[in-house]
Amino acid sequence: MKPAPFRYADPGTLDEALAVLSAEGAGAKVLAGGQSLLPLLSMRLAAPATLVDINRVPGLDSVEVTGDGVTVGALVRHNALLRDGAAARVQPLLARATANVAHPAIRNRGTTVGSIAHADPSGEMTSVLALTDGSVTVATPDGAETVGWRDLFVGPLETSLHGPAVVTSAHFSALPPRSGTAFAEVARRKGDYAVCGAGVVVTLDEDRRVAAVRASYVSVGLTPEVHDLTDAVVGKPVDGADWSAAGALARTLVDPDSDLHASADYRRLLVGVLTERTLASAAAEAAGRAA
Amino acid sequence: MTTKLFGEPVRRREDARLIVGKGRYLDDIGHNALAAAFVRSPHAHARVVDIDVEGALDVEGLVAIYTYDDLTGPMAEPLPVLIPHPQLTAPRTGYSLAYEKVHHVGEPIVMVVATDRYIAEDAAERIVVTYEELPAVVGVDAAHEARHAVHDDVPDNVSARHHQETGDVEPALAASPHTLTFTQYIERSASMPMEGRGVHAHWDADDRSLRVYTATQASTSVRAAIAAKLELSLDKVEVIAPDVGGGFGVKIMHPWPEELLVPMAAMNLGADVKWSEDRREHFISSAHERQQKQEITVGFDDDGRLTALDVVVWHDNGAYTPYGIIIPIITATQLIGPYDIPVYRVRVDSVYTNTVIVTPYRGAGRPQACYAMERTMDRIADVLGLDRAVVRERNLIQSSQFPYDAHLTFQDGRPVVYDSGDYPGLMAKLKDLVGWSGAEELRDDATARGKLLGVGMAMYVEGTGPGPYEGGHVQVLGSGKVLVATGLTSQGQGHETSFAQIVASELGVPIEDVEVTTGDTRRFPYAVGTFASRAAVMSGNAIALAARGVREKALRIAADVLEASPDDLEIEDGVVQVKGVPGTSIPLRTVAVLSNPLRYAFDEAAKQATQFTSHDDSKPPVAPGDAPGLEHRDYYSPLRSTFASGAHAAVVEIDPATWEIDVVKYAVVHDCGNVVNPMIVEGQVHGGVAQGVGGALYERMAYDSDGQLQNASFMDFLMPYASEVPDVVIDHQQTPSPLNPLGIKGAGEAGVIPGTAAIASAIEDAVGRRITSMPISPTELYDLMRNPAAERTAASAGRAENGVLA
Repeated sequence: MKPAPFRYADPGTLDEALAVLSAEGAGAKVLAGGQSLLPLLSMRLAAPATLVDINRVPGLDSVEVTGDGVTVGALVRHNALLRDGAAARVQPLLARATANVAHPAIRNRGTTVGSIAHADPSGEMTSVLALTDGSVTVATPDGAETVGWRDLFVGPLETSLHGPAVVTSAHFSALPPRSGTAFAEVARRKGDYAVCGAGVVVTLDEDRRVAAVRASYVSVGLTPEVHDLTDAVVGKPVDGADWSAAGALARTLVDPDSDLHASADYRRLLVGVLTERTLASAAAEAAGRAA
Repeated sequence: MTTKLFGEPVRRREDARLIVGKGRYLDDIGHNALAAAFVRSPHAHARVVDIDVEGALDVEGLVAIYTYDDLTGPMAEPLPVLIPHPQLTAPRTGYSLAYEKVHHVGEPIVMVVATDRYIAEDAAERIVVTYEELPAVVGVDAAHEARHAVHDDVPDNVSARHHQETGDVEPALAASPHTLTFTQYIERSASMPMEGRGVHAHWDADDRSLRVYTATQASTSVRAAIAAKLELSLDKVEVIAPDVGGGFGVKIMHPWPEELLVPMAAMNLGADVKWSEDRREHFISSAHERQQKQEITVGFDDDGRLTALDVVVWHDNGAYTPYGIIIPIITATQLIGPYDIPVYRVRVDSVYTNTVIVTPYRGAGRPQACYAMERTMDRIADVLGLDRAVVRERNLIQSSQFPYDAHLTFQDGRPVVYDSGDYPGLMAKLKDLVGWSGAEELRDDATARGKLLGVGMAMYVEGTGPGPYEGGHVQVLGSGKVLVATGLTSQGQGHETSFAQIVASELGVPIEDVEVTTGDTRRFPYAVGTFASRAAVMSGNAIALAARGVREKALRIAADVLEASPDDLEIEDGVVQVKGVPGTSIPLRTVAVLSNPLRYAFDEAAKQATQFTSHDDSKPPVAPGDAPGLEHRDYYSPLRSTFASGAHAAVVEIDPATWEIDVVKYAVVHDCGNVVNPMIVEGQVHGGVAQGVGGALYERMAYDSDGQLQNASFMDFLMPYASEVPDVVIDHQQTPSPLNPLGIKGAGEAGVIPGTAAIASAIEDAVGRRITSMPISPTELYDLMRNPAAERTAASAGRAENGVLA
């Protein structure tokens, strides 16, 4: 459980970091919080030639909140985002989801952007990025570019980013008007990777009828997906909607895998249950905001 | 400060040191030592065709590489069969480094020594071993089927057939008004101490002596094994267990290959060598326990009284049998629990599989035994439509029946005779504690909240404190400090506190003056080890006897000085005084000084004992038959084990949408005789219950059919966190043991024993489906609930109609 030899660089600027990444090529890995990367190194499941530690790079540790959404810098720890009241007001899913990320010790070190760049379909924040129609900003030697979530996630632990690149921030869109959210997980133990997690957004029309329902799941499928469940409940008054119909629809849309902790069927069951439960809660919140 | 501390909840003296990081664990020792790492088999069953070390040779910092070919003399022989038994007809053990074949993933093949662990692992990674893969046997059913053999010369995979019976079971079953036959399974888990194994060896080339630190539960026996394997005289080997970060049984197994190889390398290289096990190694190279298949046939009458019990167990012993058939024997003999069973027969087939060896893990065969017996009680109650508590009560051994001879032979080769107990008392207390009679109201309340609630119970009797012996040494120094040593080891049980309480009480000294050393062969070379809930029973009594010897000598010397009869003296707060005569006294430390006649005064106190101070010229300074010093060594060797007992109940709530299982209440009634320290006993119970919950709901060793362990990390092997462990309510009952001077029984393992049985019973009660395989997870419970063929309990039939169950 000791890592294979690697070179270590801790550049003081983003340009320096990109220069090191360019020079080192494909064998270089960016280190931010290290909560996923370092265990992989210790178990020798990954053996990058060089670790580029970006923790000294200035300007990456802020949470910027505007009316459009929340932009989270690459060095913002999960716990900082969890406690950011302004961010939670603009997009409540951020605090609700980060509260489910592992345990406090891991949240104190792990970064939200790092978990997105890690592209683990068991991660909460990849799912939230998708559900909020988010994007990441990527610094490359050729300049900064924005990559939307659909283009970012290619497979489990795999993104579309190649060559020298540092994800400098992630942007989560604001919660639309007359909308509510909820996030829930079933995990074997508190703080474990979810057996199944669900995040939902319910939007009402001006008559307090259901206008849109979207959901995204954790540990279900190979990459984050957003499922439109509107058809199951569209036009129903918020107090009279049958959320189990949306749950039933969701079960038909997902394609979960089996692993040691849950069969695919059990995950599908949970997709239905968690969808129904989170939608009831999100709808109540949407109704409150619409009032 | 009172000195009568026996029975008081004294706070653990070792905790401050351990909690703030001042413990001295194996890996804290010898920062400059060379580091060992191992190449371990990636295959469950394979022939080792070739080992190519060439690629590792240019790794800078590499010091040495060892394979089987480098082992000589006894080291080239198989590892010992530690506990031979006539019924262990086909014992097999591995080699320190694999010879020709490997029999489980994780078996050590090559040892690499380098300047640090990183480099050792770099070099190990470059060593290429060529294997010829062989078919793997995984699980008791595959072993039983024996399409393939784990060991070529054991074609049926059976290492031992253990068999005990108390009468003629077949006619008794035939004559029974009712019989039931069923099969059930229990899975593997493991000890999983926070600190893995580890060894540090220092070879003194001038003194030709070896000092070994090892995270063990049996330092004296490791010492003997090292001496034998490395062909050293016993006096040239010392073995010390430093602070050990948990054992739970895995460290009673010895000598581990590393415990021999690391000292061998230290001698060979003339340098300190250290190996610290990492977590992956612990999963695939240390020991597991608990997998059994149980086929049970029980006969009973209309009232639920047992008439006969016949049990066949298939016990997975893993790839080798270094620890003999201790676990099968314990399962076989502890299965009857607190019940009076007219005729009992048990047959345990211990079978080889291509998996990690199976040696005792806290409970050591008892959780399985309890699961067999208690689930039998649940079934009888269900068939007869009786309360599960009532069926148990009707079968309990009554207080008038002690000593109760079970007509079985225990793990120590001695008869199973229950020395004392009050089993109806346990049951009465348990029902009160958990609110058994109010279970239906609890169920209704949960139903109203959309939850399925169930209650379950399980009782056990635990043979504790087996021999052959332990010893204690107590010495009072001229400073007043009281040194206490015993040979068995500590892994967090609080021995520094409980043993000190015993000495403080027996000797009449402040506990602050008492220093306890365990597991250091320099201080006490005769010992057996810490296992089987025996430390308090064995060393506790030995230390008490040693303290009584010191007291007797102290009173004799003080009586001379005070010109009084020893019978008129007492010791309190470290001062010997004439009872009822204040001021006529002598400090115990002065007695200690006087106990050792001196020529040379090395300090002020010593002057009192030198040759020109007053003395009786008519006697030699040390009387014939006496010895200098205020110290005494004594041993406690029991006739047989003493039997503790207890009863647990669990209340579970299940979400009928997600099938998540929540243990909302857990009640324990516990009887371990006289209690040295109730706080420590309750801590033992809490920890045991946590492991019981783990074994029932979370932990399993997920081997695939190729013998690959799929969950060899703390990410996928789910030990319960504090958040998964229920609040535990405890009630004590004290039925002293008549077998030992202190009247105590062991408490170390009790908490874990009934967990699986009680929780299985509670889940079955909640969902109305028969639970036949443990542990059980939500995904498995979901599968059970939607399986139309799943057996419904009779008790659930009434409830199903009112719509609680879909």
